Amino acid sequence: MIVVTNLVKNFGSLEVLKGISESVKPKEVVCIIGPSGSGKSTFLRCLNLLETPTSGDITIDGKSITDPKNDINKIREEVGMVFQRFNLFPHMTTLQNITLAPMKVKGLSQKEAEERAHNLLIKVGLTDKAHVYPDSLSGGQQQRVAIARALAMYPKIMLFDEPTSSLDPEMVGEVLAVMKDLAGEGMTMVVVTHEMGFAREVGDRVLFIDEGIIVEQGTPAQIFSDAQNERTRAFLSKIL
Amino acid sequence: MLEGAVLTVEITSLSVFFGIIIGLFMGLGKLSKNLFFKVPATIYVDFIRGTPLFVQILLFYYGIPGLISTITESSFKVEAMVAAVVVCSINSGAYVAEIFRAGIQSIERGQMEAARSLGMTSYQAMRYIILPQAFKRIVPPLGNEFIVLLKDTSLLAVIGVQELTRKGQLYVAVTFASFPTYIGVALVYLVMTLTISRLVDWTERRLGVSDRRD
Ligand SMILES: Nc1ncnc2c1ncn2[C@@H]1O[C@H](COP(=O)(O)OP(=O)(O)O)[C@@H](O)[C@H]1O
Ligand SMILES: [Mg+2]
Repeated sequence: MIVVTNLVKNFGSLEVLKGISESVKPKEVVCIIGPSGSGKSTFLRCLNLLETPTSGDITIDGKSITDPKNDINKIREEVGMVFQRFNLFPHMTTLQNITLAPMKVKGLSQKEAEERAHNLLIKVGLTDKAHVYPDSLSGGQQQRVAIARALAMYPKIMLFDEPTSSLDPEMVGEVLAVMKDLAGEGMTMVVVTHEMGFAREVGDRVLFIDEGIIVEQGTPAQIFSDAQNERTRAFLSKIL
Repeated sequence: MLEGAVLTVEITSLSVFFGIIIGLFMGLGKLSKNLFFKVPATIYVDFIRGTPLFVQILLFYYGIPGLISTITESSFKVEAMVAAVVVCSINSGAYVAEIFRAGIQSIERGQMEAARSLGMTSYQAMRYIILPQAFKRIVPPLGNEFIVLLKDTSLLAVIGVQELTRKGQLYVAVTFASFPTYIGVALVYLVMTLTISRLVDWTERRLGVSDRRD
């Protein structure tokens, strides 16, 4: 579903991704772990072109997204993204946050978009918060709205960049539960996370990225209990 | 005298209106990555902000029409009122451009990224996400620019526009009552600027500029 070939990304003279090749199958849940600054976010952001790759190729469903002939906005419609800091639109209610893109980008009527939003709010357990503004929601609630907002475009792939890292510990569970449901429904997901419990239980595969390359990858059991690479073991011993 | 005050308000309002339109485009131009937009917008803003309004008025009323007359070998003139509105609009456009630019840049980068990641075009993201948030932050400095411009229209007296200050001068020329006239003129400006600043405060409260932000 996603095929990445020799992806390189430089920021000025800093080479952040040093040739990554990897593929993600339909319905697969891939978790990415690695030290801070190793290029995890940059990798994820290349997948929906929030960062433009310096070289290499990325195809989604066989279409090259790095080909300038393809419409970036069309590609982004199919790839949802959830950010560490939620990035909800603060001047809009929950419902407006969710309905805006389906109406403006997909051309849904307000009624259709609200119906869609309502179903998604049921899914993330926030039907009673439809008409409030983000600043009156807790972090966990905001992140669940952000997930609903991304899902409202009916994406084929969902990217999560440390979705629980800025949450208070007691709110982590509610967000992970929504993500777990989503995985259960067969969503293709790429998740940067340090929630090892989630990676073990929900992840099909774990990638360990360090200094811009995939150092090691395997099933959660292989990586967490039987890592072959010294750097992987050193990293895991620090966070487990 | 009342006519003068009305004219002052008219020139200021028209210029602020055009200034906002010019300023929005020039502000976006300055933020653009495309040099075709960025370079002209930057030159415009630097030139206007780096030269006195008084000189700009003289340039637009005498300088440019004079140049055109020479080139076309005719006698080209602009009406003082037209020159006044044009020069004040162009002048305030440059300051408004900076206000818009700063307002837009003050919005967290994550807002644009969230919008783009949902498939919105950069126009849609600006229109629905960035500008509505930036606008709240822009209101106070915009109000301030309005006040500055209103006071600066007094400089238009030099090209004979019969705004408040010019009316005062003409009145003094007949009556020789310079102190009462000029203190009166000053007070009328004061009433107008205070009114604007109250209006801005009120708008600011209505928009809830003090929204909590994390
Ligand atoms: N827009 C940018 N400009 C310059 N450097 C950047 C930019 N984004 C990320 N970097 C750098 O790239 C490296 C990898 O960052 P990132 O992908 O965010 O790491 P991670 O998500 O693994 O913590 C870091 O050194 C960071 O400073
Ligand atoms: Mg990161």
